[in-house]
Amino acid sequence: METTDKIAITPRRKFLALMAQSGGLMALGGMVWTGYLEEAKSAPLILRPPAAVLEVDFMRLCIKCGQCVTACPYHTLSLAKPGDTKPLGTPFYIPREVPCYMCTDIPCVPVCPSGALDVKSVSKITEGVQELDITKARMGLAVVDVESCIAFWGIQCDACYRACPIMDSAIKLEYKRNERTGKHAYLTPIVNSLTCTGCGLCERACVTEKAAIHVLPLDIAKGAIGSHYIKGWEQGDEKRLEKAGGDVTTHTKRSEKSATDYLNTNEEMFK
Amino acid sequence: MREWMRSHRFMMARRLTQLGILGLFIAANSYGFMLLSGNLSASLVLKKLPLADPFALLQMFSAGALLGVDVLLGGALILLFYIVVGGRAFCSWVCPLNMVTDAANWTRRVFFLEKTIEKKLWLGRTVRYWVLALTLILSFITGVAAFEMVSPIGILSRGIIFGMGLSVAPILCIYLFDLFAVKNGWCGHICPLGGFYSLVGKLSLIRVKHDHTKCTLCMKCKEICPEKQVLGIISKRSGAIDSGECTNCGRCVEVCESDALSFGVRNYINTNVGEKE
Repeated sequence: METTDKIAITPRRKFLALMAQSGGLMALGGMVWTGYLEEAKSAPLILRPPAAVLEVDFMRLCIKCGQCVTACPYHTLSLAKPGDTKPLGTPFYIPREVPCYMCTDIPCVPVCPSGALDVKSVSKITEGVQELDITKARMGLAVVDVESCIAFWGIQCDACYRACPIMDSAIKLEYKRNERTGKHAYLTPIVNSLTCTGCGLCERACVTEKAAIHVLPLDIAKGAIGSHYIKGWEQGDEKRLEKAGGDVTTHTKRSEKSATDYLNTNEEMFK
Repeated sequence: MREWMRSHRFMMARRLTQLGILGLFIAANSYGFMLLSGNLSASLVLKKLPLADPFALLQMFSAGALLGVDVLLGGALILLFYIVVGGRAFCSWVCPLNMVTDAANWTRRVFFLEKTIEKKLWLGRTVRYWVLALTLILSFITGVAAFEMVSPIGILSRGIIFGMGLSVAPILCIYLFDLFAVKNGWCGHICPLGGFYSLVGKLSLIRVKHDHTKCTLCMKCKEICPEKQVLGIISKRSGAIDSGECTNCGRCVEVCESDALSFGVRNYINTNVGEKE
C-alpha cells in the first residue's frame, strides 16, 4: 500500500500548507522578537529628559525623532545607539558626562511632537498664564553614598552643595560636631526628595573618583512606606488609612479558624 | 559620459534627495540650520510644519499611545503625499538604507554572484506583509512600537544624524544579508515599512508607464528592477505599472534604450488597460 501516491497536491492543500507554514514562522519570529522587545524596553537605570511621562508611557509615546536632542544647547541628551544597552533611539543623559543645566526656557520639552515630554508637568500657572518652571522637573533623585562621600569623613567639601541650582533646598548641609577632633564640624550633604530635580549637576561636580552622589530614576531611588505607618503628630496623615484596603492579616494553618473553633475540635489532639 | 549620465539620471536625483534630506537633518542637529530638524521618524520643517512617519504612528497607536496633535498632523501629511503622489517612492528616494541595499545589489552584479552562488535561501515577496502584521500584533502585546525598536532604517538615519557608534554593525548585517543570502532581501522581501508603503501607494498617481509598441524585448528593465514581479506587463501590453510594490526608483526607465518606459501620471479615466495599444 503506497499511500503517498494517492495524496494529490491540490491547490487547496498547497494553500493550507502555506498558511500553516507562514503562521508557524510568524509565531517563531514573534516569540523571538517579543523576547528581544521585553528585554530591550526595560532599562530601569535610564534617565530621561525633563517632563518625561512615566517610563511605560514614555516607551509608547517616544517616536525617536531626536528633536529634544537637537534642541538641547548643552548636548546633554543623546539618542540610544546600538551598544548603549538602552532602548534604541530613545533620549537619555548621563549626568557625570553632561548633566542637565536646567534651562529656564526648557527648549527640549515643547519641541516634542508626540507628547512623550509633557509641557504641563513643568509648567506653573501664575495669574492665569501658563509659565515654564524647570524646578518642577523630576528627572531623578540624587542619592548620597555616605561611605564614599568625604564630607562624612569630616573633610570639608561642599562641591555638590554649591553646584546645585536649587542650593539650600534640594541639597542642604547638615552641621554636626566632629567628636574625633573636638574642634571641627561635619558639613554633610542631605538631599531633599521634594525639590531635587535630578539634574545631576551635583554628580558632575563631585570630587571623588566615582561620584559619591549620583542621580537615580525616581522609582529606583525612592522607597514606599505603605499605608500602615502613620505620623500621629502630623495633622491629617491618618487620612492615608482611608486608601488602605482592609486589614492586613497573615493566615497560618492554625489562624485560619477562629480560636474557639480550633480549641473545640480535638481532631488534631488525638491523632 | 553623457551616455552614463543619461542612464543614471534618476539614480543621481535619488541619491541627491536622500543625501540632501540627511544633510538638512545634520545641519539642523549640528549647526542649528533649522530648515528640517528631527529625523525620518518625525521632523519639523522651518520650525513650524510637522511631519511624521505614519507607520511609526500606527505602531504607537496599536501599542496603546494617546498621540499628540503635532505627530498626527505630520503623519497625515506624509500619508496623504504617498497615497496621492509618491507611491512607494519613500523607499527609493528617501530611505537611507536604500543606498546600502543598492550597494549590496551592485556588488552582487560586479562579482556575478547571481550566476556563481547557488540560491540556498528562499524568501517570498509576501513575507513583508506577514512581518507588517506581526509588527502591529507585537506592538499591541509589548506596548512599544515593535518595528521602531529594531528598525535598521531608524538605526541608520539616527546614526548618520546623531552619531554612528555601533550602528555600523546592524547596517553591515543588512548589507551582507542582501549580498550573500537573498537578492534584494531586506527591501524586497522583509521590510514592513516597504510593505506598508506598498499598500499605501497602490493607487498613487505617479507611475512608470510602458509603451508596448516600442519594447524590443531586451529585458534590461527586468534585470535591473529590484521588484521585478511588478514588471509583468513588459512586452505584453501597454499601460502603467500599477503594483504598489513598485518603488518608483526609475531604474527601468533609465536603462531602457528604446524609450519604452517613462514616468507619467496614471490615467484613471480611460483606465490603464488598452492605452496606446
